[in-house]
Amino acid sequence: MCGIIGLLIKQPHLRDSLGELTVPMLIGMGERGPDSAGLAVFTQTLADPYRKYSLYSGGKDFPWQDLSQALQTQMSKEAELQPHGNQAVLTTDLPSTTLKPWLKAHYPQLHVLSTGRAIDLYKDAGNPTEVADRYHFKDLKGSHVVAHTRMATESAVTPAHAHPFTAGEDFCLVHNGSLSNPNEIRRKLEPRGIHFETDNDTEAACRFLEWRMREGDDLATALQKGFEALDGFYTFLMGTADKLALVRDAFACKPAVVAETDEYVAIASEFRSLAHLPQVKHAHIYEPAPEEIYVWNV
Amino acid sequence: MERVISKVTFDLAQTSLRQVNHFLHRELNSETPKITLLNPDGAHNLAVGLDATIDVEIMGHTGYYTASMNKQATITIFGNAGTGVAENMMSGRVHVKGFASVSAGASAHGGLLVIDGDASLRCGISLKGADIVVGGSVGSFSAFMAQAGRIVICGNAGDALGDSLYEAVIYIRGQIKSLGADAQIEPMMEADYQTVGELLAQAGLSYQPQDFKRVASARQLYHWNADADQEY
Repeated sequence: MCGIIGLLIKQPHLRDSLGELTVPMLIGMGERGPDSAGLAVFTQTLADPYRKYSLYSGGKDFPWQDLSQALQTQMSKEAELQPHGNQAVLTTDLPSTTLKPWLKAHYPQLHVLSTGRAIDLYKDAGNPTEVADRYHFKDLKGSHVVAHTRMATESAVTPAHAHPFTAGEDFCLVHNGSLSNPNEIRRKLEPRGIHFETDNDTEAACRFLEWRMREGDDLATALQKGFEALDGFYTFLMGTADKLALVRDAFACKPAVVAETDEYVAIASEFRSLAHLPQVKHAHIYEPAPEEIYVWNV
Repeated sequence: MERVISKVTFDLAQTSLRQVNHFLHRELNSETPKITLLNPDGAHNLAVGLDATIDVEIMGHTGYYTASMNKQATITIFGNAGTGVAENMMSGRVHVKGFASVSAGASAHGGLLVIDGDASLRCGISLKGADIVVGGSVGSFSAFMAQAGRIVICGNAGDALGDSLYEAVIYIRGQIKSLGADAQIEPMMEADYQTVGELLAQAGLSYQPQDFKRVASARQLYHWNADADQEY
């Protein structure tokens, strides 16, 4: 099992309530995924060349202020740092090709969970209720969110194996299901210089789709190629800076249900995570069909 | 003597699922009560394993396995049903007013399942004798390995309809994307028109039996044919 959750706010005045609406959805899928949880939130897009980096420290007492100061003294760059316990969002205009090697050299215990102009990402091992509390999910604001509750079936329970997975910039993916050919995908991508961080099957799907888009495919074309390349069971929910997208495999073994109103599009593995949304009784509710591409724009 | 019909209402926002199912199993009195369940909110296992001639109305969308293993009871869902509605039903009637998710009526032995809207993939998989009437369309692999019973589909069917059918019979009004292995379209006989008419009437649908096609097993998979190069 696993639970997927997505919410895209159509009315800008509701963006301040994104986190508040998302948390009950996430907790509603807690039974489907009690071992880890994570969430990517898409906020207003930063001006180029600024980027946001969601960092995971592993320990509870990471000296975030030191990192901030070191960046200033060693790189002569201002960096805004918003810590949330063992994670922090770093905002800077330092090129990522400079920042990432520098972080790796000076702070090898830090993991970069996401990079982009709109995405912030939080994920950790633990019950979804605890993870939501730990990172104050209810206070999050933004246009759309992609979230996941994990019940591990094919690789270890660690923060790095939690979803969402990211690749490139402003792209994330969550997965309910299991792929049968992640190693084949990996063997295809690694010789192209694409680096994997875990042995998780979902990471292969995430990196495959991001690679296709980097090669020039739009999201729909990349997903079409995904239907051919990815073997196994899946409901994938993806987020980009301005879109949510969802696909299910041909057998639709893994569930998904959508509720759409004038105010939002909400997606969950099961209706019980949508039942408490405002006006859901008047929402257009449907199950996405297998092998069809659903894309919702901000 | 006037028969007293007692009416009981549970609000699942206030009462636990376990208490509700306990009532439905253990606390029914000798009268025939009508039970209304409010705010199901996608809960799993609602009204499962009932064994009494009672009426249960569920006011909203349900989760997995609603009304599964039903015996005798009449259960109406005023909303959509999740995975496996009326799975393994033995008798009685289950009516979904909205759409049904995957595996509706899976391996049901008896009774009638009516779905006003669409049914997703694998509707009536391994059906063992129940009747299913779908007002809308069904997804792929419906009636897979269905052994006995009848399925009436008023809309269309996805891929592999009736794959590896045994003796269940499918009647379909719309288009079939593809037939499954060993399923074939057969001529409608007088008895077929009568069956379809009766099932449509029971479901409260007014389509013409003349508009339906019959799909049944060609029975070529009943016996292993070593010369067939496994081309089936």
